[in-house]
Amino acid sequence: MSERIFIKGNEAIAHGALAAGCRCYFGYPITPQNEIPEFMAKHMPAAGGAFVQAESELAAINMVLGACATGTRSMTSSSGLGISLMQESISYMAGSEIPAVFVNMMRGGPGLGDINTAQGDYYQATRGGGHGDYRTLTLAPSTGQEAYDLTRLAFELAFKYRNPTLVLGDAILGQMKEPVTVDPPAPQAPDEAADWRLNGCDGRPRRVHKSIYLAEGELAALNIRLQEKFRSMDAEVRYEALHTEDAELVAVAFGSIGRIVKTAVRKLRAKGHKVGLLRPITLYPFPEQALRDLAYSGKRFLTLEHNMGQMVDDVRLAVRGLADSDFFGALPGNMPFPDEFEAAILRALQGGHA
Amino acid sequence: MNEKLVFKRTVSLADRVTHYCPGCHHGIVQRMVAECLDEMDLARKAICVTSIGCSVFLYDYLLVDCVEAPHGRAPAVATGVKRARPGNFVLTYQGDGDLASIGMAEIMHAANRGERISVVFVNNTVYGMTGGQMAPTTLIGQRTATSPAGRCRSTEGMPFKMAEIMSGLDGVAYAARTAVDSVKHIAQAKKAIRRAFQVQQDDLGMGFVEILSACPINWKMTPVEANARIAEELIPAFPLGVLKDIKTGGAC
Repeated sequence: MSERIFIKGNEAIAHGALAAGCRCYFGYPITPQNEIPEFMAKHMPAAGGAFVQAESELAAINMVLGACATGTRSMTSSSGLGISLMQESISYMAGSEIPAVFVNMMRGGPGLGDINTAQGDYYQATRGGGHGDYRTLTLAPSTGQEAYDLTRLAFELAFKYRNPTLVLGDAILGQMKEPVTVDPPAPQAPDEAADWRLNGCDGRPRRVHKSIYLAEGELAALNIRLQEKFRSMDAEVRYEALHTEDAELVAVAFGSIGRIVKTAVRKLRAKGHKVGLLRPITLYPFPEQALRDLAYSGKRFLTLEHNMGQMVDDVRLAVRGLADSDFFGALPGNMPFPDEFEAAILRALQGGHA
Repeated sequence: MNEKLVFKRTVSLADRVTHYCPGCHHGIVQRMVAECLDEMDLARKAICVTSIGCSVFLYDYLLVDCVEAPHGRAPAVATGVKRARPGNFVLTYQGDGDLASIGMAEIMHAANRGERISVVFVNNTVYGMTGGQMAPTTLIGQRTATSPAGRCRSTEGMPFKMAEIMSGLDGVAYAARTAVDSVKHIAQAKKAIRRAFQVQQDDLGMGFVEILSACPINWKMTPVEANARIAEELIPAFPLGVLKDIKTGGAC
């Protein structure tokens, strides 16, 4: 039975995971996502699952690898630097086609950075993040409810494509409290992963999950298959479009910043300015076609991010040959405000540099 | 005249040529692991976590469910496997570089948590697959590709004695060091592997067995010389024996 409760974004993610049938959580403390492991430590055992505070992010992601290899819905969460530590194993999972869900509640970087909010991990999130040719499905919620819903979706997609899937939030999303409608924990479908999970070879041929291929042609064949799979993920593109039909300028922003920019766009609309918003919900796959269609109809673009300019590359690639995108970045380390986004959109609309 | 069957094919061991060098002991250890899995009826519910190094292709020889762990992370992967499926039998098979160098944190913490997993640790005092570099268990004075003048205590430190370290952790139910240089030692090693498997089955904690092994190629010795070196140099530095064997209780 659903209930509407007042919780932080981090807790919404944890609720979403339990409702999606996640039964193993492995994690290491790091700000600003600590409410996720703290919630899991309390509620995962009650849901019949396992919680382990790992000795490091390296260990945590490898515990996820092991648990997911058995077909069990499992996850970890961290922030920027911890996610950097996990990249080797995320690449292994992509290569071995072992699904997993991992959450990055971004903080400021580079290096130790700060514990405030930022979006500096966009490149890492959308380019695979580790070594070799692979991508992770990347979902970018902008509200507590969306954090809950997209975490549930992340498990569906991870197991559908047998690929690591990332929920990419930030400190704003993780720490802000708002009403979220949640369902109680639900079990994983018993037959999910029945054709590939490791549970002992009793009564069937044994199975091996690996990513090493030394024989001539084997690794090339894997890469061809993986690329086909990544292309097929285009079916999962999700985005929100607001006032784009008659807009002269389309603002493009994701996650918490997408939500703040939405406020700015609404205020400008109320003043009669023809501006719209396109908010990618999936960052990989990126809503390329939606942007390209807008470019065909003559729109101009302004990409707004809480970093020094990362997603703007994807916007420019999407509209290449037809249009360009200006960029406005709130500085990592500073708290972003609607007024600065509103001013930037107005400058760009009036033909100036954002 | 009655025939008496004294040995039959080990079902869980693949009937194929291995990639190991002449005189390498991995083949002996893997045969014993397979024999124990069969004799204890564990193969059908076993999940083996393989590691990085010469044993990376273990799944080509051991015919059970296997998952490949990144370098050093097998105990963490095994933790995930066991926590997700406590009813399965979970083992890792790791070399000295994998377990005692890059994976030191993972083995220490998995052991300290008392993970119900069994760890087979093959110690040949050298990095094999990468070409004979210094390992965390390389002996003082031993020349390797990255300790060309011989390992020096004051700059590289002493070799890690993993079986002793493991036996000092409360989560470890069984810790032993064995060798495979003689028939007697091989028999002791198999007994140790059995016991390391049994403590997991009895829910007592981690089972850990260190096995001193030869790497003739990287030791730059003939197989016979390498085998002799185990008794002459390795065993004096790494004494054999059962360091810990709790019969009851359990880690938590």
